[in-house]
Amino acid sequence: MPEFTYLEAIRAGLAEEMRRDKSVYIFGEDVALGGPFGVTQGIADKFGLHRVVNTPISEGTVMGLAIGAALAGLRPVVEIMFIDFITLAMDQLVNHAAKLHYISGGQLKVPLTVRVQCGISGTMGAHHSQSLEAWLAHVPGLKVVMPANSADAKGLLQSSIRDDNPVVFVEHRGLYWTKGEVPDGERVVPIGKAAVLRSGDQLTIVALSSMVAPALAAAEDLAQEGISAEVIDPRSIAPLDVDTIVGSVKKTGRMIIVHEAVEQGGIGAEIAARIQQEAFYYLDSPIVRVAAPFAPIPASPALETAFLPGKERIIEAARRAFAP
Amino acid sequence: MTRKDPANFVDLLRRMWLIRAFEEKASALYAERQIVGLLHLGIGQEAVAVGACSLLRRDDFIFGGHRSHGHAIAAGADVNKLMAEIAGRATGYCGGKGGSMHIVARETGFITATGVVGGTIPLALGGAFAAKEKKRRQVAAVFFGDGAGQAGPFHESLNIASLWRLPVIFVCENNGYAEFTPLSAHTKIERLAQHAKTYGIPASTVDGNDLFAVREAMSDAVEKCRAAEGPVFVECLTHRLRGHYEGDPAKYRELSQLAEWKKKDPIARVAAALKKQKVISDKDLESIEREARELIEKAAAFALSSPWPAPDEVNRQVYA
Repeated sequence: MPEFTYLEAIRAGLAEEMRRDKSVYIFGEDVALGGPFGVTQGIADKFGLHRVVNTPISEGTVMGLAIGAALAGLRPVVEIMFIDFITLAMDQLVNHAAKLHYISGGQLKVPLTVRVQCGISGTMGAHHSQSLEAWLAHVPGLKVVMPANSADAKGLLQSSIRDDNPVVFVEHRGLYWTKGEVPDGERVVPIGKAAVLRSGDQLTIVALSSMVAPALAAAEDLAQEGISAEVIDPRSIAPLDVDTIVGSVKKTGRMIIVHEAVEQGGIGAEIAARIQQEAFYYLDSPIVRVAAPFAPIPASPALETAFLPGKERIIEAARRAFAP
Repeated sequence: MTRKDPANFVDLLRRMWLIRAFEEKASALYAERQIVGLLHLGIGQEAVAVGACSLLRRDDFIFGGHRSHGHAIAAGADVNKLMAEIAGRATGYCGGKGGSMHIVARETGFITATGVVGGTIPLALGGAFAAKEKKRRQVAAVFFGDGAGQAGPFHESLNIASLWRLPVIFVCENNGYAEFTPLSAHTKIERLAQHAKTYGIPASTVDGNDLFAVREAMSDAVEKCRAAEGPVFVECLTHRLRGHYEGDPAKYRELSQLAEWKKKDPIARVAAALKKQKVISDKDLESIEREARELIEKAAAFALSSPWPAPDEVNRQVYA
């Protein structure tokens, strides 16, 4: 299988969908020029400036425009350059994109994909590093996906674009240059289906996006300590594949949830609640969350390191889960 | 009335009466608590809705705001389904899930309204973008009030529409009040058309209570948009004769001001013009009003005798 960086996989997914379906359009700041990280590099050359549309810095209005275009029969992909700026587009996303199918009694559909990158990478500070996916997952009508590797990035993006609902496709900037195998040809990854990345029978580690790699590394180390950990990447947080996680916890009896977002009100809280509802009597110890502290993201590299969860904290949490 | 305007003004008068009767009935049902929630009526603004929509096609994209019963009826919405919708019934346009502020009558071209002031202005840009790409000479039109003119998306939208020459018509219903506050307390800009000119968009300000004037301005606007000449802004000066919402005593408004505007009632003005031209008699006028009220009585009876949505609808249609 060919190797792609995560970023190249996204670009390949975009190009395949644009080739397959003439109603797919890209809107965003600098998208025709490739954007700050080069994700859309060369797409405008292939498909023309009328389909790869550079927009002014007007996130809210561009989001509304894309929703309107979706209502009128196009299949827009909007790029919000940093998830921190999705705040400016939340009105349109929450009040129109998410609700119009429901409040129109099914008369309208909003086949919209919002590509946005999030997370800590490159010490960019409080307005270029956040993980805000839990806000989005709280909104009925939105789908939210967070691929953690190249194959899922391409396959989930293709599913997102083909979906008749608004899907927020949350990329992680820190993963852009990581490499992974991507199957040749069409391999669409379904939205709402978790991936079991490592089998184990004593501990379930649910990890999202940038935290998947540290979780796998932690599981490897834990195996040396004699702890057999199963690692699950939900890949989608709305809808969430609760069944796969429940099945795993029924087998292992212990669970850690890992995400880069702030712990309080994070998606880990929802996952924990669902597990205690459906698998309470299978749990041998309290569910442990590994996530960022309740603080804005600091600029100093020293503080950023203190902020970011990683392998060591996952291993500590695992030991806590097994503490007598 | 301009001589060259080929419209059937008797039909347009009928449409204005249908809106007036609909909203007066909705107001009465609201007072009886047969309709609940928030009800924003546009009584007194019918000339803008009918003047504008009478120039649009069913395959155009029409967007409203929170005060949009009139726009939907002007676009051709079924008054039975509309009344049922605002009464929260299963037979309503949206099965009772939308209500007064979220009307969708897709088959008429009336795409959607919104509860957020100015919220549909960007959506209309999207309709216009799609129209431009499809090259079928469709246009988008969006209705909003003077209160939207101080919101960010309004300015962002004027900028983008101008930049990309989108076939969108901005129909500003300047009724002088943003909720309870007069425009003069919110901005130094007296005519919102001025903003459009700043962004390089052709704009005019017309008497929004004069159906003929609205049609003339809209006719030019639609022609320009269909000819791919870019967006147009039409500011219609008007007044709502009711409060911001039903139940609002509107104490912020002088009674003398209300009386002044009642003299400029857009329906009476069309009726007087048609009578003067001997197109129509007093008897005809009476029957137009009576027929409208009868249709609306039937719509109300249909709505109130319709079933409520089933409880299991509550989480259906969350996703398409």
